[in-house]
Amino acid sequence: MTSGDLTELTIKEATHLLRLGSISASDLVTAHVERIEQLDARVKAYLRMTQEVWERQAEEADRKLRDGDAPPLAGIPIAIKDVLCVKGVETTAGSQILRGFKPPYTATAVQRLFDAGAVMLGVTNCDEFAMGSSTENSSYFPTRNPHDLLRVPGGSSGGSAAAVAAGEAMISLGTDTGGSIRQPAALCGVVGMKPTYGRVSRYGLIAFASSLDQIGPFARSVDDAALVLSLMSGLDPLDATSSQRPGMEVLNNYGAGVKGMRLGVPREYYDVEGIEPGVKAAIDAALLILRREGAEIVDVSLPHTDYGLAAYYIIAPAECSSNLARFDGVKYGLSEEDSPNVTELYTQTRRKGFGTEVRRRVMLGTYALSSGYYDAYYLKAQKVRTLIKRDFDAAFEKCDAIVSATSPTVAFPIGSKTQDPLSMYLCDVLTLGGNLAGLPGISVPCGTSDGLPVGLQVLGPQWGENVCLRVARAYEEASEIRAEVATPSPLQGRGSG
Amino acid sequence: MPLTRDQVRHVATLARLGLEPGDEEFYADQLSGILGHIDRLQRLDTEDIPPTAQVVEVASRLRDDEPRPCLTQAEALANAPAAVDGFFRVPAIQEEA
Repeated sequence: MTSGDLTELTIKEATHLLRLGSISASDLVTAHVERIEQLDARVKAYLRMTQEVWERQAEEADRKLRDGDAPPLAGIPIAIKDVLCVKGVETTAGSQILRGFKPPYTATAVQRLFDAGAVMLGVTNCDEFAMGSSTENSSYFPTRNPHDLLRVPGGSSGGSAAAVAAGEAMISLGTDTGGSIRQPAALCGVVGMKPTYGRVSRYGLIAFASSLDQIGPFARSVDDAALVLSLMSGLDPLDATSSQRPGMEVLNNYGAGVKGMRLGVPREYYDVEGIEPGVKAAIDAALLILRREGAEIVDVSLPHTDYGLAAYYIIAPAECSSNLARFDGVKYGLSEEDSPNVTELYTQTRRKGFGTEVRRRVMLGTYALSSGYYDAYYLKAQKVRTLIKRDFDAAFEKCDAIVSATSPTVAFPIGSKTQDPLSMYLCDVLTLGGNLAGLPGISVPCGTSDGLPVGLQVLGPQWGENVCLRVARAYEEASEIRAEVATPSPLQGRGSG
Repeated sequence: MPLTRDQVRHVATLARLGLEPGDEEFYADQLSGILGHIDRLQRLDTEDIPPTAQVVEVASRLRDDEPRPCLTQAEALANAPAAVDGFFRVPAIQEEA
């Protein structure tokens, strides 16, 4: 078996070979590291490689495999987004303000996957503090879409999506505050899942917007995403918002197929402003397949869709302006420590450390919370959040799950939206409602438009991850569309390589 | 509602952001564009709608007040840009009398 083959495996396939003894965890890691060395100068998915970690973890996985007591992810190579703390591994949230920060603890979600035997390859690029939809807001460099190097991978978890799409990791972790897992999964042609708010502990996640953030997996199959999510989920005493529900319930009955299920198509999502004809055609084709598999497609309405973006861009910046107050040059990261007084220390550290998008959102959030504007903006947005949640509650009276495109567009050219923040924000118009309402959602590959991947989004009711997975898996199986590993040619966009 | 340059300076001061030359105009322009979109919220009548801060019902959980392992002083200070005698060092807060 060549190393190329090893980087195209799913967890299921790799685990089979590992347990037969035909490959070792070290073989699997070596194949991925070689692939990264060959490709990542083009894709730029990784910020840092973690050789010490993978050597130790692969050795331990191989020992357990030999001893016959290997945990479920023994030897599976994983990439971790730069917002999830890993003890002793530099973690910077894509920002200069955290340069050099080595966390003294590991995020619970990551630790659970390490305990399950996963082997960490490295830290992946993202928009600074997970704020963005293209990974162009990283303070290091933009990541490129493995399907076309001249286009963005989506964001904010663009590095994690691109790594899995390019065969530079078997699975990866991202975070989703307004679509930051589902949108890059769609644009890179892989599976990405955001769980119900509270399903996965946020302990050790560098916070962006605490009432919206969730951690979730990227994978190249629905089964792999389901397995990883089930292992991360469940109560954590270190996160007071983590649910007591058993993590394994996300797998309940998810292989049962869609026969007899009612799938709602919100007309406001189906005809959302700016949706590309090729994306719509791919969704139409997916709906046909789901109907053929025995699902009933029903018309539903989410009447406050037009207000979602506006509410989100008050609530998320308000929470971020508060969360990011901790970056002051005193406890960690960048520090203008020679400042003459404390106010200057804070101000000069933050002036140097934060990029444009972060400054934009901190200002917007500070404004929305400031004296005289709180009622008009923040309180108003929270009330509209109630209306949006009620829209979903009413829709789920009529259907078991909601299906739509994940993103109105396919991957767009690098640089095409950076001058117009609002056009970038509109990338998340079909995903952020799920965050405002705390719903689980998955994006699964559903063909291409003009040669670029399109994602099908399945949203479920709260705690209905199994419903999302069930629809996604039935679709994946019936459509025979798989997340295929992309190998970009050097220095070329699509069509030339 | 457009944002003025004075308002940009005010929120930047509140958030201790530190502006560069030209920033006031740049952010006033961009934030005004975003607020122009956000203003559509005012079209909705939300008089009788309660606000939502948290979407999932989670009862407040308290742990027993018992000592348990935590970071050591050395671990807590390991990332400090400047530490002295087990403390984080910051510039003097008060002038000498």
